[in-house]
Amino acid sequence: MAKLILSLEGSVIREVPLDKERIMIGRKPSNEIQIENLAVSGEHACIVTILNDSFLEDMGSTNGTLVNGNPIKKHILQNNDVIEIGKYKLKYIAEAPAHAPAEDFEKTMILRPAKAAPKPATEPAPAAKPSMPPPTPKPSMAPAAPAAAKPAQPASAPAAVAATVAAATTGKPGEPHMLAAVQILTGPSAGRELDLVKNLTTLGKPGLQVAVITRRPQGYFITHVEGAKFPIINGKMIDAQAQPLHDHDVIELAGVKMEFFIKK
Amino acid sequence: MADLSNVLEIATATHSGMVRSHNEDSIAADAAVGLAVLADGMGGYNAGEVASGIAVAMIGAELKKALAAITGELDVATGVKLVGEHAVRANNAIFQASQSQPQYAGMGTTLVVALWHDDHMIVGHIGDSRLYRMRGSKLEQVTRDHSLLQEQIDSGLITKEQARHSQNKNLVTRAVGIDPEVDAEVHSYPVQPGDIYLLCSDGLNDMVTDEDMELTLSSLQANLPLAAEQLVQQANDNGGRDNVSVILVRVLKNFPARSGLVDRMKSWFR
Repeated sequence: MAKLILSLEGSVIREVPLDKERIMIGRKPSNEIQIENLAVSGEHACIVTILNDSFLEDMGSTNGTLVNGNPIKKHILQNNDVIEIGKYKLKYIAEAPAHAPAEDFEKTMILRPAKAAPKPATEPAPAAKPSMPPPTPKPSMAPAAPAAAKPAQPASAPAAVAATVAAATTGKPGEPHMLAAVQILTGPSAGRELDLVKNLTTLGKPGLQVAVITRRPQGYFITHVEGAKFPIINGKMIDAQAQPLHDHDVIELAGVKMEFFIKK
Repeated sequence: MADLSNVLEIATATHSGMVRSHNEDSIAADAAVGLAVLADGMGGYNAGEVASGIAVAMIGAELKKALAAITGELDVATGVKLVGEHAVRANNAIFQASQSQPQYAGMGTTLVVALWHDDHMIVGHIGDSRLYRMRGSKLEQVTRDHSLLQEQIDSGLITKEQARHSQNKNLVTRAVGIDPEVDAEVHSYPVQPGDIYLLCSDGLNDMVTDEDMELTLSSLQANLPLAAEQLVQQANDNGGRDNVSVILVRVLKNFPARSGLVDRMKSWFR
C-alpha cells in the first residue's frame, strides 16, 4: 500500500498509509491528516487513491500546494514526489510493485454513463467535493467510451481506472508440453491409439461406465464420470477423486484394458 | 407453486481463483423453487462480497416468498415482472447500504437470475455475469453482457476475435447498487427436457473459451457436479485471475403449470 511520510523541517512526524479512497489534508480536525498550522487551510488538499494510483488535488487553499517545488492544482502522484503544504512536507512512497498488476487484472468495475452522476443533494457527505482530474484515456478506448472521458464522480471513479488496468493476455500459461495417448489393449478395437490432444477426453460407454482424462498444466488425470463401477488403474480401483496418470499405467474401463503412455 | 425438485438437477461450484485472496462472488440455487442466482461483487476491501451477498440473499429469499404468496398459477409475464422488481429491490438495498456506510461507498454487483416455471425459463441480468444454454451438443450464450466490450462489438468497432484480447473486458456499463435506479434486462425462453443451463461469473468466461466450456459440458454432462468442478478447475489452470463461479441446471423433464380444470382433474387420476 502506498503511504505518505509527513515531516517538518527534516524530522519525520508520522507515516500515513493511503488506505482510504479519499484522504483529506487540512487544519480542521475533520481531516484524515490534520496539520495545525495557520499557513494550512481548513480543507487544504485531498488525495484520492484508486487501486495503485493516487491523485492529489488542491482544494482551493489560500497558500497553495506544491509538488516537487511546483504549485499544482491537480497532480497524479509518482513515487518519491514531495508535497509541500506550508512548511510541512509529505513524501509519497508508492506501493512496492511486487505483483500488484496481477491483482488489478480484470477486476470488474462499473463504467458509469455521464447521466448517472448523482445529484449533489443525494451525495454522501465525505465525497461531496468535485473529483480529481480524469487521466487521459488510452487512445484505443476514446472513440467508444465517451463516458470514460468525463470525470467520474468520487464514489467509484472507475472510468479513471480504465486507463491504468494492466494489459490482458489470454495466453494459457500452463499449457503442458507433453503429449500423451492411450492404446487399446483388449477387445474388438485392440491396437487402436488415441492421442490425448484435447483438455478433456472421455472414455468408455455412455450409460454403462465413463471416465474422463483431463489434460492439465501438472499433467494428465483420470476421473470417474458415470456408472456404478469405477475405473481400475494398474489393477487398483480408483475413488471419486481425480487420479494422476503415469507413463505406462494400465486403465481398465467398461471391460476394456488400455495403456496410457507419454509420447513426448 | 409447483415443486421442481424432481425436474431440475443443480450443481454449483465457486472458487476465489489463483490470484485473489477472497471470493466476491455469491451464488444460490434452489431446485424446488426453480431459482438460481449468481452475483459478482465489486468494490474495495470486502464491499464486493457484501454487495453480491445482499443481492443473492435478498433475491433468493424474497423472490421465493413472493412466489409462494401467489395463489393460483403464475403466468410467464408476471414472472418476468417479478424478476425485474426483485432486481430493483436488491439495487435499492445495496445502494442504501453504500450511501449510509462509508466503507461500502461505491460497492456494486453484477447479477444473473434464472427462474424456471411452466416449461419456460425467465432470465434477468445486469452486468457481465452470463447465462448459457447447452441444447444437444451446442452451447449458446443467452444473455448479452452490459459491458463496454459488448457495446464495442455491437457497434462494429471490434470483432469477437479482437474482443478476446481486449484490455477492457472488465468494464461493465450496468451494475446493481451503484445508482439509485437500475434496469434489469429480463426475457423468457421456452425450455426443453435435456437442456443444461450454465450461469457463470466473468472469471469463467474470461479464462475458458466457449469451445472449451462446450466440450466440458458435452463430455461430462452425465455427472453435473464433476462438470461444474471441472469448469472451475480449467479457469484456475488457465491462470484463475478472478473469482470463478458456476451454477449448472439440467432440465430433466417437462414442467407445465397446470392451469385448466381439466388438467387439474387429470392430475388427480395420475
